[in-house]
Amino acid sequence: MKKIVLAIGIYCSLLHGSKAQQVAYSRSHAQEFLNDSTEYSKRKLKFEEANIVTGYYDQDGNNSAITGGIGTEKLTDLANSLELRFSKLDRYNRTHSFTADFNIDQYTSASSDKIDPLTISSASRKDTHIYPSIAWSVKDDLLGTTQGLAYSYSTEYDYKSHGFTASYAKLSKDKNTEWSFKGGAFLDTYMAILPSELRPANYPSGAHGDQKGIDYKPRNSFNASFAVSQVINQRLQVMAMIEPSFQEGLLSTPFHRVYFTNGNETVEKLPGTRFKLPVGFRLSYFMGDNTIIRAFYRAYIDDWGMAAHTANLEVPYKISPFFSISPFYRFNIQGRVNYFKAYGQHSTTETYYTSDYDLSSFTSQFMGVGLRLSPPGGIASLVNWNSLEVRYGYYSRSNGMIGHSISMSIKIK
Amino acid sequence: MKKVILFVGLCATLSSCTVVKEYQKSRINDSEMELSSRKSEKFEQAFYLYREGASGANGGKSGGGCGCN
Repeated sequence: MKKIVLAIGIYCSLLHGSKAQQVAYSRSHAQEFLNDSTEYSKRKLKFEEANIVTGYYDQDGNNSAITGGIGTEKLTDLANSLELRFSKLDRYNRTHSFTADFNIDQYTSASSDKIDPLTISSASRKDTHIYPSIAWSVKDDLLGTTQGLAYSYSTEYDYKSHGFTASYAKLSKDKNTEWSFKGGAFLDTYMAILPSELRPANYPSGAHGDQKGIDYKPRNSFNASFAVSQVINQRLQVMAMIEPSFQEGLLSTPFHRVYFTNGNETVEKLPGTRFKLPVGFRLSYFMGDNTIIRAFYRAYIDDWGMAAHTANLEVPYKISPFFSISPFYRFNIQGRVNYFKAYGQHSTTETYYTSDYDLSSFTSQFMGVGLRLSPPGGIASLVNWNSLEVRYGYYSRSNGMIGHSISMSIKIK
Repeated sequence: MKKVILFVGLCATLSSCTVVKEYQKSRINDSEMELSSRKSEKFEQAFYLYREGASGANGGKSGGGCGCN
């Protein structure tokens, strides 16, 4: 018995000694590497990666808010995005990252053509949505902190937005836990285009050359986000996030029509403030050698009376280390806001009213598949072409709206 | 209030997990394991934001832009 205990003791000592040596070696090697790379790359702006994303979205339904909750919701959207990321080391070995992101959407909306039924083309029947952003962050590996600032701009025919974001993240010493905070403000301005039959006398239509004297209304959003992510074990990591948001200003859409029970017509009217409280939870689990489970759940409430639950499950399967196929399924259920009623159901005595089916009770499902290719030598023998993702999804809502989405993402490093 | 307590409790629980060393993170560091949306999901998040009443807590955009069509 003594010999067995002695043998186990010696084995454990050797194992511990060897591990200690390994850790010591890793640390000294890492330090050497750090010193070498510091010497080499100090203060040089380095290209990190470029991401090109292209997407096409098509939807159809029969509950347009522009025509009071009935009528076509046909919409197509072709979206393109280019993101460039650079980095630079400063004298304290902190990594500065610079990101520039340029996005452009070109969409057609059949319902927007109904703002002014007398003309063929209304203000935003076809429109271009441009939204660039720039971001800067500083990562300090010694302190485990990352701080960042970002600015974004968004412009459509009748809408402008300026966004400001500040973020802070702290990584634990063992690098298994990260706490992060983000605060943002989006200051938007809305051109109040009204349906043609509801415009006061001499009120401009909002079309090109007819905007003099039109109202511009503010819509501001203030968001905060608190998140904690944790590595649980060698295969599992999770994240919890809470993101309260407050909006104020013109939260209704001025060209959305509402029809009352007595047949009269007006424009949508909603409260001037809205407080939203979503709580999200993410999980990634590496099951076996080839299968990964990515799960997301969100619970949501707001002070307009809406409650919603969203769950998403994606199961990437690695056919090879460099090629994976990812079927996914998303389910969302939401209850209507207090101010929603269908076409011709609102009473004239109500204070607020909308027939926007995006704010109604429904369930929605989104399902599809993604492919990801990331060979070590690059795609098509181009060493800088790091990865390619293609994704298709089918969207359906219980009130009859359907949509198709296809997107492609290219990473160049 | 219960939800807040649950959230704080969850955070506290997560903070007390086993320490995983950097050299043990080959699976955790796999690109499919990222706790964020894929780049190719960027535009999907935009139509969720516009076509559904709930938003936020998913790492996506939660303000700015109209989506009123």
